[in-house]
Amino acid sequence: MTRELTYAKAISTTIAQAMRADPDVFVLGEDVSAGGPFTTTAGLVEEFGAARVIDTPISEAAICGVAVGAAQSGLRPVLEIMYVDFITLALDQLVNQAAKAHFMSGGQLTVPMVLRTQGGAGQRAAAQHSQSLEAWLTHVPGLTVVMPSGAADAAGLLAAAMTAPGPVVVVENKVLYFRREPVPDPVEPIPLGRAAVRRRGRDVTVVALSRMVGEALAAAEELAAEGIEVEVIDPRTLVPLDLDTVVESVRRTNRLVVAHEAVRHGGFGAEVAAAVQHAAFDDLDAPVERVGAPFQPIPLSPPLEDAYLPGAAEIRSAVMTTLGRVPV
Amino acid sequence: MSTNSQDRVEMFRTMVRIREFEERVKRTFAEHPGVIRGHTHLADGAEASIVGSIAAIRPGDQVMATYRCHGYPIALGTDTTAMLAEIYGRSNGLCGGYGGSMHLADPERGFLGTSGIVGQSIPQATGAAYAAQIRRAGDVVLCFFGDGASKQGAFHESLNIASLWKLPIVFVMENNSYSVSVRVEQEDANAAAGEPLATKAKAYSMPGVTIDGGDPDVVYETVAEAVSRARAGEGPTLVESLVYRLSAHGNSIAPPGVPLHYPEHEAVTVFGDVAEYEAAKRGDPVPRFRGALVTGGVLDAARADAIVAEAADEMQRAVDGALAGPEPEPADALRFVHA
Repeated sequence: MTRELTYAKAISTTIAQAMRADPDVFVLGEDVSAGGPFTTTAGLVEEFGAARVIDTPISEAAICGVAVGAAQSGLRPVLEIMYVDFITLALDQLVNQAAKAHFMSGGQLTVPMVLRTQGGAGQRAAAQHSQSLEAWLTHVPGLTVVMPSGAADAAGLLAAAMTAPGPVVVVENKVLYFRREPVPDPVEPIPLGRAAVRRRGRDVTVVALSRMVGEALAAAEELAAEGIEVEVIDPRTLVPLDLDTVVESVRRTNRLVVAHEAVRHGGFGAEVAAAVQHAAFDDLDAPVERVGAPFQPIPLSPPLEDAYLPGAAEIRSAVMTTLGRVPV
Repeated sequence: MSTNSQDRVEMFRTMVRIREFEERVKRTFAEHPGVIRGHTHLADGAEASIVGSIAAIRPGDQVMATYRCHGYPIALGTDTTAMLAEIYGRSNGLCGGYGGSMHLADPERGFLGTSGIVGQSIPQATGAAYAAQIRRAGDVVLCFFGDGASKQGAFHESLNIASLWKLPIVFVMENNSYSVSVRVEQEDANAAAGEPLATKAKAYSMPGVTIDGGDPDVVYETVAEAVSRARAGEGPTLVESLVYRLSAHGNSIAPPGVPLHYPEHEAVTVFGDVAEYEAAKRGDPVPRFRGALVTGGVLDAARADAIVAEAADEMQRAVDGALAGPEPEPADALRFVHA
């Protein structure tokens, strides 16, 4: 069975399902009992009470540390950092503590926590509430990093994250929160580390993250009208990355575009490009193209933000470049 | 609330064992050059504070600490050979050689580990206290850190949360007056104003007390009272325990091949204040407590000597066992990244 849910409602539904099944699951973050700015935790405090749905002070370092310590003590915290931009304040706890406790203790300690956060531009929120910072997180061994592109994945990947043995960061996207799609009922976990092929195509492979999956599908639709068949792959999990699915695709298409909203410079696309060229060098007929934002902060004003933000047009252009055609 | 004679003798024994352990870590640099690389930070001078605090908790309670962490697991009953083997980086180490001196952990005995980043274990201890609160078993967390950590945002954020949520936690600040080579009055507004650091508790509406951390009876009584408050659901306490670290902040840092050693204390090397250091040595809590027990008729000198000799034997076995421990297999370097 499925039901039609928004991405935001898929998240609250999945958390509620997990909280019913496991009394050790609890939610903490800023304004979570009111649902947060995007309603992702709406309704939880009514069902589970304030002891398991905790409004915290605006203290990102401490609340992330509280989640780490509670997880080490056997609970399953689901921590919300309201905007990924605020994760800077919690990075020591995430990078030096959560990601390393299992390792440094020789496997004695485990940190089964989920850190939910969200990124992305498009809401005229300016440079400190719009960033895409997932590449930082993928650079830290010990963290699992998830980026759901739609409601069904937001539910299934979160369900898997909440039963994972170690720390998982789920980077949601604020523009996707109110898009609807059918979501399995009850929510079934989607294994972490498996990509989804969103569209089959023979000519060019596009690996797209989060919001850019929809943009890639839009570009693919346009290109199909011109006789160009694009294969769109959504890795869903950045760490661990399902490189096999990407490489298998590139062996057929011989061309690759990697697209994310984060700045291109030092972005996760560079890692995908490097990994694919190493695994499938002889299969590539063109340099790997990367689509990402320019290397600058995000401006507020709509015309400026629109000019900054990469989307379907940039993906289409990159696909044409890999085919040796001058983009129109 | 006080300890009986037998408990006090056991506190003395544990203090002696910690001191002897730290002496053997230090001696390793001279006697077995190259066996310890990296950083070590010793607890000598803080034994009374550590032992008095841990005497106030029970099984099921938990402890978190900083990188200056050798004393706590000894007081909790961790095997000293496994600890020393960890410091030597051997595969029979407490953490298999993955953590070393700064990152001891023994969750089975309630030691949830440490942070090598100053102050950052405080939020985690606060989270462990939340877990204890929600489980309602009456368990308590002891959170140890130094005076330097109280300058971190994580300290202030955590004390606010712990007090707000009435968490069962006791914050034990071991104030040794130095952050590496900077004296506390150079970096702490309370100290500069001539006030105790426990003043900070006021900002978070929790009790704050400053005690002589060189007297294990005083530490025990203070921490036991704070633990009782915490168990009763009355929330956290900040205990400022005045100690003096008798060694330098840590061993020297040098490129591979250059022997490491323990320099003299910063009071001497940085401030030229030999008198301060000599006074601290005269106040050494280990002989001081021995004197109190012998004078009080709790312990005779022969039995005290026997305790010292037993500790020396134990730590000799620890050194032998750690030195005999195998080096880890290089192929094991990639284990434990993910649970």
